[in-house]
Amino acid sequence: MSGLLSLRRNLIAILMLAVAGAVLLPWQRELQRKAQSAHFRTALLNITLREQIGQSGFLAALSGFRAPLAAFLWIDAHSAWEKTEWGRMTGLFNTVTTLQPHTLLYWDIAAWHMAWNASAAALQDTKQQSEVLRERARRQYIDLGRDFLERGIRNNPDNYLLYERLGILLRDKVEDHSGAADAFAKAASFPDAPNYIGRFAAYEMAKVPGREREAYERLLNLYREGKKQWVPSLLAKIRELEKKLNIPLDHRIPVSGTIGAGATNSSRSR
Amino acid sequence: MTKALLTPIRIQAIGRNTFTELVRQKVFYFLLIFGLIVIGNSAFLAKFSFQEEFQMLKDVSLGAMSVFLSLLAILATATLLPRDLEDRTIFTILSKPVPRYEYLLGKLLGVVILLTASTLVMGLLFLGVLFLRENMALAETRLSLGGSPLELAAALAEIKKAAFSWDLIPAMAILLVKGILLASLTLLVSTFATSGIFAILVSASAYFIGHLQVSAREYWLSGIGVHWWTRIFTAFVALLFPDLQAFNLSDDIVAGIALPIGLFFQTTMLGAVYTAVYYAIACFVFESREL
Repeated sequence: MSGLLSLRRNLIAILMLAVAGAVLLPWQRELQRKAQSAHFRTALLNITLREQIGQSGFLAALSGFRAPLAAFLWIDAHSAWEKTEWGRMTGLFNTVTTLQPHTLLYWDIAAWHMAWNASAAALQDTKQQSEVLRERARRQYIDLGRDFLERGIRNNPDNYLLYERLGILLRDKVEDHSGAADAFAKAASFPDAPNYIGRFAAYEMAKVPGREREAYERLLNLYREGKKQWVPSLLAKIRELEKKLNIPLDHRIPVSGTIGAGATNSSRSR
Repeated sequence: MTKALLTPIRIQAIGRNTFTELVRQKVFYFLLIFGLIVIGNSAFLAKFSFQEEFQMLKDVSLGAMSVFLSLLAILATATLLPRDLEDRTIFTILSKPVPRYEYLLGKLLGVVILLTASTLVMGLLFLGVLFLRENMALAETRLSLGGSPLELAAALAEIKKAAFSWDLIPAMAILLVKGILLASLTLLVSTFATSGIFAILVSASAYFIGHLQVSAREYWLSGIGVHWWTRIFTAFVALLFPDLQAFNLSDDIVAGIALPIGLFFQTTMLGAVYTAVYYAIACFVFESREL
């Protein structure tokens, strides 16, 4: 008899739990939607990740230990770097960035290791006799670095850092000055971006045939921002473009550094 | 004269005794392990760049806090009722005019005090180490970086930005809320459990299933009709288990995502509601349990 009573009591308890669960369901979903719109709970824990980190790692990731797991794998990647195991590093970086897609540092350093360290090591790989193949491997690592930055940007479009890093990579490793200029310009459009990024965008633009006028306008705008932008490289680049674009003398910036007549007129009309 | 529904003095007394009892069991020894993890981790990470070091210090410390709080909540609560039954203390208490729901509330209060104290100690230790490492990095930078004052100021600002963030405080608070929820869930399990081990096993399973609840819920509600029994199973998980993923905000907070105040309060409220629901059902089960 008491067994029956206990069973009845437990069934009622389960029913109460289910009713409470049903009542809380819309709230849970609303909270999840709000969290995701604030960039929380967006990591993609799928079967690919499961294959990368194994069952126990996946269980840890699911149980709310994504961040520490990513940290441990990052340390592992660091050890792989010390042993110059580039392939293993790539796999680990992919896993870490999947686990923590909003940690800019992981995207940034993963891209740097690939595009700078691994690519340089590939070029000096003594095991590979063919120079063509060494060069091919170098480019592949640069592409991997670029891919990390582009994926990082897709996951974190509201921060200037990865756009800046992409600009540096395109400038120094790919020599795609137009792409670099656009990346720097995007980075500079963020209110918290450092001043120099805006200058970098203009410098890269100036190197692209057909975009010199755009670069000149951009540099003049920076010049008009005041002394904080009047660094020697900016003044030199403006003067170089003034000559190249045949800017009338009265529109050029003065040698002393104060603003010229033409520029003054433009600034007045602003 | 109507009798008060709850007697705070009685609940406080049971809560205090529960806390003292747990402290006597030397549960705080785990704090030593936490300290070793945080300090050892920090010393080990010194070979990384300061951004990496701070990132991993925060990742590992908050992860360790989450593990310890969850373990503590489950292990401490699961043994409370079975032990009271075993040493017959429960009969002494319930033979006095103490309603069973007050007894359970007192027990829960004791665990909540334990979890809060643990969170405070772990939080202070973690923030202390972070503060120390930050100051060391600042001092090293001041010494080693020549160049313009503007560059130095930018470098120092970068270090400060990478180290402490105010969002770490709500991140720890949410870990505590999750711990209290787990304690309440374990209390519910222990009201019908026949032994402490059974309560631990069921609660630990609920912990893991609770983290998968969101997948089951979305699968169920999406209406994908694979098999009817799959839908019943996912509905069962979605309705009976808490959405523990809702409380895993610290992973993203340490990544630098700003926590909106509304999201923090709603998550905390959800935790409080879950805790209240589990406590209420625990009272219902315990009320009719033959002792």
